[in-house]
Amino acid sequence: MSIVFQKTKGLTDAVTHYCPGCTHGIVHRLVGEVLEELGVLGNAVGVAPVGCSVMAYNYFSCDMVQAPHGRAPAVATGLKRAIPENIVFTYQGDGDLAAIGTAETVHAATRGENITIIFINNAIYGMTGGQMAPTTLPGQVTQTTPYGRDVNYSGYPVRVCEMLSTLDGVAYAERVSVNNVKNVNAAKAAIKKGFEMQINKKGFSIIEVLSTCSTNWGMTPVAAMKWLEDNMMPYYPLGVYKDKTKEAE
Amino acid sequence: MNKVLMKGNEAIAEAAIRAGCMHFFGYPITPQTEVAAYFSKKLPKLGGTFLQAESEVAAINMVLGAASAGVRTMTSSSSPGISLKSEGISYIIGSDLPCLIINVQRGGPGLGGIQPSQSDYWQATKAPGHGDSHLLVYAPESVQEIVEYVFTAFDKAEEYRMPAMLLLDGTLGQMMEPVCFDNIPTPKKNEKPWATNGHKNEREHNIVNSLYLKPEELEVKNFERFERYAKVCENEQRYEEYMTEDAEIIIVAIGIAARVSKSAIDEARAMGIKVGLVRPITVYPFPTKAFDKIKENPNVKNILTVELNMGQMTDDVKLALECKKPVELLRHSGGIVPTPKEVLAKLCELNGGNK
Repeated sequence: MSIVFQKTKGLTDAVTHYCPGCTHGIVHRLVGEVLEELGVLGNAVGVAPVGCSVMAYNYFSCDMVQAPHGRAPAVATGLKRAIPENIVFTYQGDGDLAAIGTAETVHAATRGENITIIFINNAIYGMTGGQMAPTTLPGQVTQTTPYGRDVNYSGYPVRVCEMLSTLDGVAYAERVSVNNVKNVNAAKAAIKKGFEMQINKKGFSIIEVLSTCSTNWGMTPVAAMKWLEDNMMPYYPLGVYKDKTKEAE
Repeated sequence: MNKVLMKGNEAIAEAAIRAGCMHFFGYPITPQTEVAAYFSKKLPKLGGTFLQAESEVAAINMVLGAASAGVRTMTSSSSPGISLKSEGISYIIGSDLPCLIINVQRGGPGLGGIQPSQSDYWQATKAPGHGDSHLLVYAPESVQEIVEYVFTAFDKAEEYRMPAMLLLDGTLGQMMEPVCFDNIPTPKKNEKPWATNGHKNEREHNIVNSLYLKPEELEVKNFERFERYAKVCENEQRYEEYMTEDAEIIIVAIGIAARVSKSAIDEARAMGIKVGLVRPITVYPFPTKAFDKIKENPNVKNILTVELNMGQMTDDVKLALECKKPVELLRHSGGIVPTPKEVLAKLCELNGGNK
């Protein structure tokens, strides 16, 4: 009997703590597969954030560091500058990356820090139980916007890829989604391209992944995917926002 | 003996480079900017990293990352900047990582001032960050001693897997003194099997982490860490005794306050007042051993602490003495350094008003 499919060596055998229907599992697998396919597991170092994916350090099979909330890009900077030949990535949620860690994100990007960021945008704080995130949509109900996000009171969501694409240090910025098979495959290709940018010393790369949080959205996993398609994808259009290799052509 | 004239801040950087620290991350703040300026001139040419971070918060987390990778790394700041770093310091302690943090203290609280101070003593020795946590804290008194303790701090930080701090006052950072680098030790090469430097498919993955969701696990970690602190308290106390042999009054002071006190002691001795000095060099661990004999010595009438703060070290002195001797305090705050004349006047007063 021949093996036609097996779990990537990029992930450990640990059972994840993620809720049923959560898309973290998909993205973890994609990152693990890419690291394995690129042959860099032995010299990859990942940085876990604070938030739902804090325990990513138990799930990725490469060396892992757990950073303070929002500081993953600074921790990754230290790791990369210490051993530049290592492949360094962060895995961060929207609260971590676009609220408390905005300064670290923007400055790692504008320095052209040669690291790769996997950014999970699910429009909510998951770990703490569903509060408003910097990416919570206008009108979206959360624990701390019980009447829906009022933009006149709480302001507007941050479009991270658009914002970072204006910075010269950014080599690659793409927004993807994992709402169907086609988009999962496209997400994997984008993640691979992000890591290739780093391997080829092009500079900062970020892949924003539109994701669901059925638990805190209060929906079934299927309804959550539909909500992502109907609400998040129009506000956060998929696509490549920056690609230095294309600009050079 | 080859001596060079150097500012304390420059000597910190030169000593660190010689101690094998090739990775510095910092953010500008007075009165320690020469540390970063010196590194920025030297490190890139040596193949190292000097990086001016976007904030103190980012700088300490870059140190966390570099320390995780297993290299010697450090940051430098002054009081308000150290407050910003305290988050990262707590994580570094919780992750059992070695590194060096410099605090060239200025007056506080808040933005305070930019003149010399020792008012971060409590922060450095009791509460460097949230949680049950300590730093190894050295308080040198001269530029030469700064050089010596940069080496010691890196070695001990790695030996005990905890961050070390040099707690300086602004005077020490800014003043120039002759320094000799002739007799400096070879930096130790400590094995770091825990480092997240890439497993090369040859070992299990390493994890640098401070999260333990099960209270029983977290308690075990904290008890293990405090066993190390107990060893630190037993083995790493450093202090200097100056003319204490027959002293009836003993001054306790660190840094520039100790230098000023020595001048006052010399003058007092010339006047026949029997006075000496205990100068803590480590302030965590506080050198309690220095007070074992003093507290039982009937000849010792008075203890005088001289501090550039409202009396933060005095608590530790009283504890070390088990309150067996009266402790007087001569203090200045906000950036004022006491003069030898002032200290002498206090000594005369304690000696029964004889001038």
